[in-house]
Amino acid sequence: MTESVLSGAIMSSLSTLSEGVRMFATAAGWQSAVMMAIAGLLLYLGVKRQVEPLLLVPIGFACFIANIPLNDLMEGNGVLRTFYTMGIVNELFPLLIFVGIGSMIDFSPLIANPKTILFGAAGQLGIFSTVAIALALGFDQRQAVCIGAIGACDGPTVIYVANKFAPELLGTLSVAAYSYMALVPVLQPPIMRALTTKKEREVQMPSGDAKINPTILVLFPLLVTLLIGLIAPKGLPLMAMIMLGNFMKVTGVVNRLTKASENEIANICTLLLGLAIGGTMQGEQFLRLQTLLIFALGLLAITVDTAGGIFLGKIWYWLSGGKVNPLLGAAGISAYPMAARLVHSEGQKYNKNNYLLMRAAAANTGGQIGSIVAASIMLAILHGLHII
Amino acid sequence: MNGIDNVTFGVTMVVVGMGGTLLTLWVLTILIDVIKKIFPVAKSSIK
Repeated sequence: MTESVLSGAIMSSLSTLSEGVRMFATAAGWQSAVMMAIAGLLLYLGVKRQVEPLLLVPIGFACFIANIPLNDLMEGNGVLRTFYTMGIVNELFPLLIFVGIGSMIDFSPLIANPKTILFGAAGQLGIFSTVAIALALGFDQRQAVCIGAIGACDGPTVIYVANKFAPELLGTLSVAAYSYMALVPVLQPPIMRALTTKKEREVQMPSGDAKINPTILVLFPLLVTLLIGLIAPKGLPLMAMIMLGNFMKVTGVVNRLTKASENEIANICTLLLGLAIGGTMQGEQFLRLQTLLIFALGLLAITVDTAGGIFLGKIWYWLSGGKVNPLLGAAGISAYPMAARLVHSEGQKYNKNNYLLMRAAAANTGGQIGSIVAASIMLAILHGLHII
Repeated sequence: MNGIDNVTFGVTMVVVGMGGTLLTLWVLTILIDVIKKIFPVAKSSIK
């Protein structure tokens, strides 16, 4: 071996080792640095501020490692690409998370007060109005539908829809959806106060607690699944999985499966889902003007959702001669049970004797169903227009 | 991709989407009322 060959081999090896560092000095390097800063922000929010930590920690960490120059985590058989392929491309993770969500939901307040489910319909106004605005801003039809889905206030629904129609926006849409879900306690109260009068907020209602025949609790998930299956079969996987979880819970005969769904399965899927989403957050796709637009549209969607619910509440207040508290409408979004608690606490601020929690929980579970119905109907429309 | 223009698509989404969601959930309230009538609360469980 000659001396020149040896020194060439050493220099070549050293050059390879320093390639990643040198990449930071290139044009692509600043994008990596910005994305790492964004990953740092997500980790800060998750760890220090406890904002949706179960999602933001894996998303933030995967975003951080996916933006280290020359990594192959999202290439071929890279670990993040593997998670993405095994659970996002085929929509497995969001659907399994839905089984867990279903097993945590109690639909009895809704069954006791069935008309409150209409708040769950009004609370989807933001989805459809945002689709129209996104189209006007130049997004294509599939992307507009996915952006509107942020208004569902429901992470798995957004991921399910985005993966089907705008996988290039999956990272942005997921982060926007989970960020706004976490910000519901900050966003909703000012809207509630702005759109209602003090007199309306003070309206005292009966607790809404009522006995229900246990057979109805068992039939309810089957009934809802059948209804959505007949009206919008494209959305059946979403509704069927959430209702499967609920069916297992109310029958009480498969407690091991129920517990596994709401704990181990949901936790594993949440981890892998977060890592796969974080892996999609790479500079060249994320650092665009459209990311800012998507965040702005997501905020608009949730604001209009809340306003839509409150306006229905005001109409109801007027029709009932002042017996319905319009604040209940704000619980018609899918952020469960946060929105219900907010409505209850906001009502109590103005009337200490007011216990809106059960009725707000009814509206909130109506919002959970409403968001899936809205997403299912959007899928049905896309199918009907031969866009999918 | 189909040839439908954005205005038609947007209006369809708002009208059929919002209307369909309201209608579906309204049907659900009726169905819940019906099954509540079929399966009333047992008198022994009413305090």
